[in-house]
Amino acid sequence: MNREIICINCPLGCRLEVTIEEGKVAKVTGNTCGKGVEYAQTECLNPTRTVTTTVSIKNTLYALLPVRTSKPIPKDLVTKCVQYLRRIEVKAPVRTGEIIVENILGTEADIIATKNLEAL
Amino acid sequence: MYDVVIIGGGITGCSIARELSRYHLKVCVLEKEADLCCGTSKANSAIVHAGYDAKPGTLKAKLNVEGNVMYSRVCKELAVPFKRVGSVVVAFSEEEVADLKVLYERGLKNGVSEISIVNQEELRALEPNISTQAVAALYTKTAGIVCPFTLTIATAENAYTNGVNFFFNAEVKEVRVLAAHNGRFGFLLKTRVGSFESRYIVNAAGLYADLINQMIGGEPFSLIPRKGEYCIFDKDQGYLAKTVIFQVPTKMGKGILVSPTIDGNLLIGPTAQNIEDKQDTTTTEQGIQEIITGAKKSVPSFAMQKTITSFAGLRSVPNTEDFIISADKRVKGLVHAAGIESPGLTSVPAIAKMVREILEEEGLRCKRKRNFHPYRQPIIRFSELSPEKQRRLVRQNPNYGRVICRCETITEGEIIEAIQRPLGARDLDGVKRRTRAGMGRCQGGFCGPRVIEILARELKIPLNQVTKCGRASSVLDGKTKDSGLEEKGGWQ
Amino acid sequence: MVGYDIVVIGSGPAGLAAAASAYKEGVKSILIIERDRELGGILQQCIHNGFGLFYFTQDLTGPEYATRFIEKVKENGISYKLNTMVLDITSERKIIAINKEEGLLEIQAKAVILAMGCRERTRGSINISGTRPAGIFTAGMAQRFVNMEGYMPGKEVVILGSGDIGLIMARRLTLEGANVKMVLELLPYSSGLTRNIVQCLQDYNIPLYFNHTITKIYGRDRVTGISFAEVDIKDKRPIAETEKEVACDTLLLAVGLIPENELSKKAGIEIDPITNGPVVNDRMETSVEGIFASGNVVHVHDLVDNVSKESEVAGRNAAKYVLSHKKFPSIKVKTVAGHGVLYVVPQIIHPQKMEEEITLYLRVKDIFKDQRLMITIGTEQNPKPIHSIKRLIMAPGEMQTINLKREHILKGIHVNDAAGIDTGLKLTVYIEAKGERKDE
Repeated sequence: MNREIICINCPLGCRLEVTIEEGKVAKVTGNTCGKGVEYAQTECLNPTRTVTTTVSIKNTLYALLPVRTSKPIPKDLVTKCVQYLRRIEVKAPVRTGEIIVENILGTEADIIATKNLEAL
Repeated sequence: MYDVVIIGGGITGCSIARELSRYHLKVCVLEKEADLCCGTSKANSAIVHAGYDAKPGTLKAKLNVEGNVMYSRVCKELAVPFKRVGSVVVAFSEEEVADLKVLYERGLKNGVSEISIVNQEELRALEPNISTQAVAALYTKTAGIVCPFTLTIATAENAYTNGVNFFFNAEVKEVRVLAAHNGRFGFLLKTRVGSFESRYIVNAAGLYADLINQMIGGEPFSLIPRKGEYCIFDKDQGYLAKTVIFQVPTKMGKGILVSPTIDGNLLIGPTAQNIEDKQDTTTTEQGIQEIITGAKKSVPSFAMQKTITSFAGLRSVPNTEDFIISADKRVKGLVHAAGIESPGLTSVPAIAKMVREILEEEGLRCKRKRNFHPYRQPIIRFSELSPEKQRRLVRQNPNYGRVICRCETITEGEIIEAIQRPLGARDLDGVKRRTRAGMGRCQGGFCGPRVIEILARELKIPLNQVTKCGRASSVLDGKTKDSGLEEKGGWQ
Repeated sequence: MVGYDIVVIGSGPAGLAAAASAYKEGVKSILIIERDRELGGILQQCIHNGFGLFYFTQDLTGPEYATRFIEKVKENGISYKLNTMVLDITSERKIIAINKEEGLLEIQAKAVILAMGCRERTRGSINISGTRPAGIFTAGMAQRFVNMEGYMPGKEVVILGSGDIGLIMARRLTLEGANVKMVLELLPYSSGLTRNIVQCLQDYNIPLYFNHTITKIYGRDRVTGISFAEVDIKDKRPIAETEKEVACDTLLLAVGLIPENELSKKAGIEIDPITNGPVVNDRMETSVEGIFASGNVVHVHDLVDNVSKESEVAGRNAAKYVLSHKKFPSIKVKTVAGHGVLYVVPQIIHPQKMEEEITLYLRVKDIFKDQRLMITIGTEQNPKPIHSIKRLIMAPGEMQTINLKREHILKGIHVNDAAGIDTGLKLTVYIEAKGERKDE
């Protein structure tokens, strides 16, 4: 199977053609450096994304608290992750780095606050 | 039972309301939109013309000159900024100089004072940035610039203070002529917000005056909407015109002008395009190009990248070629103030007086009030106060210490005042027209969210019910966390 | 009247970094004036990651990046005022500001650092035809509503502009349940990061149309749709036959940022017509003595890391200015944007007064692949090459930075003892034409 992706490592944005055989990356063309090959591997076989979104928060300056995953999670869980977080509500005060949800969707990544918000 | 119902809350209807409020009369204004000043009154050249342009003997000619004279007093009483900056009609050729002479003679005939023809050198002294191709100009000192929103709203506020009722979202749907007895007549007007009985109707319904007239059964007249597109520039371009700069007029109108605005911006436009749709205020690619080309002919050096915004307004052009200000011939009690195209804004103080005189002729007994209050308190313009006054004001009311509109330096105190006044703002455009918040170069980018918050708080409604201009123009949708995706089964 | 040694206007990444580095340099009397409710500026609404990759070698979100600097400011006890708007500033460094609690404030500063950032270009200034309904937002305004006030701008969205803010908002709105129908881009390429094209558009199957623009907006009270068309590559005018309509209730405009220099103009500061920001020298000092500037107010940046670095130069030098009023002479060299380069900041270098190493920030006019940036110094007739650097790719959407050592600059000129005279010396940065170089 062939896939075409754009490498995101640097502004060159090389268009890579990746050949996948038996669940492994057999060939990569179009890259200008080795990083392109590495990227092709992860992006085609095990793509991950850092998720940044907000959760509702009460008792502070704003209605929402910005949060992130503590490390990238599988790309196909992003939508579910955001959907889950839409129902979460926390209360101020909150500190940057505080864990809001542990081990989101079993990914071993936590959802952490990215901002300090004081209680009113 | 009202003595007079005025249909239309634009500058014409409001001026008539104020005039009638000088007398012991029960008067109300029915406005179909959510606020005052939503039609032609909010999208025009904002000029108080000298009066050489209209054909002698017409109402336009008479009322323009009369109105022009009345402007200083009206604006002083209502605390509305108005400046007689003067105007020049610029000629670029010998043929056009001949046209200037025609206008000059017409001006004299119409009773315009302080009018003269100036040569190239004198023109350049008046307008240092005028095109080098200009050879002469017709110069009048009595022409001026005003803020049409402030004027309309101030006029209405003063009418209200003097007893006139105002109803909004009150589009007139049906009018029944009540059976006359003993020489007395009357009307029943039905609107979405209620029914109104009145002895007289003043039709000041702007673009819709012909339809209102039709509804009531008056002698037919028609109004054609004529679109005019405009472009406004940053205040740092305002210096490019010291007077209102016209070009020699054509059949379609006074042509493309370049004018300073009362607040210091530069205004160019309008185009003149007859259209069919009474609601079409779209700006167009060709329209903007036309006004840029036209304006550059007079003042070549304005910087296009300093555009703040462009907009379009519609004038109602009457098939009679003159203002229709008269008692209707078929329906007794119906008086029209229709077809108020240019020089409408200039003429309104005189139009109001004339309408009152017509009503009197039609049997309305006007007894002068002894306690008419001609003065109106303006909304404080914080940025125009001295530092000492500013300091004192903030101490009295800390809301004046929070600047909401960065571009125009408008404070929260002014915005709250604009909302809380009688006939106060109910939406973003209403706040904008009363305070200028949102009219600056960032076009509400900074103040927008804050004004929405203040409106929501003052009107006690949720943020997403705040509208731009009433009706269905809500700015925000649902809450971020509330879009009902779970019920829909998620997305994709 | 109150006095401070240094007043910083704006507490976004520029203001915070400048204040922190001024403090580090030894000035303790510092005041930061911020018009919003909290410190951090625009970073607070940029909840996505990608910040700090160079400065902290970490992948942080906007608020996390801001928190690092806010903590430094608080740790050092640097004073700040929130909800306070600066109304005026004079060339004598007198500042008039206002807030609810204290009313009108008069502050005299020994040095000022301008860090007001930038504003977004509006629909009005690009004259899109059509109606003027509710539902039109600049991308930044929509971002604020979605991420802070907690309201969505609408449900069916079209975005004009494929810079990073447009791309980020495409993803953000989609994640919160809106339907982003397309992103339209006037140019043949995006000025945004490739990563954002992939992770904001491709991940969500949002189409991106290059060489397209919006020709008309429909809708009386609220947007009901737009017309869009392909544009001619050369003159950027819409091609009428390609015009199509799409229904939508929201239009987001990501059509450019403009440095916010109204205050700078009030102080009589010289503005560069290309960057729209103050003309600054290598110490980030403007044309008015004692007034420094850094960050987006000087020129619009892509990376906050560069903003911090540039602001540290401003803060450090504002502090040096306050601590020692010694004036020592230095000749002045103007930087010039040569072939292929749009602008260079700083616009002025004082080689005898400059720090050991300075950073030149510049943008190129087009996409250049595998070409060299050349730097020469000297008179127009006699330029001497002092540095060159080859880059695999340079694009207008990516600010280029070049570090220059003082010794390299001094080597290229003959220093005479005339102080502060404009000797006509120029430092030119240009892109070497292909084929000029014979040996590699």
